[in-house]
Amino acid sequence: MEIVINGTAREVADDMSLDRAVELISSAATGIAAAVNGEVVRRGSWPSTRLASGDHVDVLTAVQGG
Amino acid sequence: MTEVQGDDPLVLGGQKFGSRLIMGTGGAPSLDVLGRALTASGTEVTTVAMRRIDPASPGSVLDLLAERGIKVLPNTAGCFTAAEAVRTARLAAEALATTWVKLEVIADEVTLLPDPVELLDAAERLVAEGFTVLPYTNDDPVLARRLEQAGCAAVMPLGAPIGSGLGIRNPHNIELMVQAASVPVILDAGVGTASDAAFAMELGCSAVLLATSVTRARDPELMAAAMRSAVIAGRLAFRAGRIPRRFYAVASSPPVTG
Repeated sequence: MEIVINGTAREVADDMSLDRAVELISSAATGIAAAVNGEVVRRGSWPSTRLASGDHVDVLTAVQGG
Repeated sequence: MTEVQGDDPLVLGGQKFGSRLIMGTGGAPSLDVLGRALTASGTEVTTVAMRRIDPASPGSVLDLLAERGIKVLPNTAGCFTAAEAVRTARLAAEALATTWVKLEVIADEVTLLPDPVELLDAAERLVAEGFTVLPYTNDDPVLARRLEQAGCAAVMPLGAPIGSGLGIRNPHNIELMVQAASVPVILDAGVGTASDAAFAMELGCSAVLLATSVTRARDPELMAAAMRSAVIAGRLAFRAGRIPRRFYAVASSPPVTG
């Protein structure tokens, strides 16, 4: 299935969990957050969150600013 | 210097800070320069922005702050609506394990001025969710009052638009806010050089938040040291109480006699 991670479309396994999708972007143990279709998903719920075709996943961290 | 300053901490969101200078991290040419400037500034709290992870990005600003024991204050820079700001604050809370947020909801890219309607809406929602909300606001005493009533832990008026270096364009409004507020008033944005920071403190602000004036100075580390001294000097002057302005001279030496 195709999902969009940080603005880029990617072909991934069907029913991929959010923790696996995040791993495609970052292996950081702390300092990152993820949202699916704009809704924040707490880290503890990443493994149990199944993605669907067309989902938009955003993986964010802190950068210089403000 | 510490002896002269005495016990005069900044109390913000129930926490005490020895430094009244909050330095942002935006605009620095490198993490190395930023690190040296942060150290020279003496800041104990600094702002960061939340963005999509760029795998090509070298180093982490979070590591830099952790090494220095500086508290991380995420902002909602780049948000134009209350909904975006609330979502960004939630992401920051999740990523950084903090409920503190510098709330920014801007109206347009040209002025970067806060959108007061969206700002107040976002502040109310985030306070209800348990956030310690530090709103970047216009230099409007009425809006400041509304933000305080909404439960914000401080109000952070701009002196001038972000990054403009124009100083404090409406000092009277800043004074009105200081007079009325029972939460800290933190001058946020517009500082161009050290005298602007000192002036903010002389007006009675509890702290100064700045970034560009340091990070884009020719020598950021040196300017950070200047800002540190300026904030201390301004605070001391505020506490000492300035003399009234007079139209004519008042001799400071006794009259000549005999």
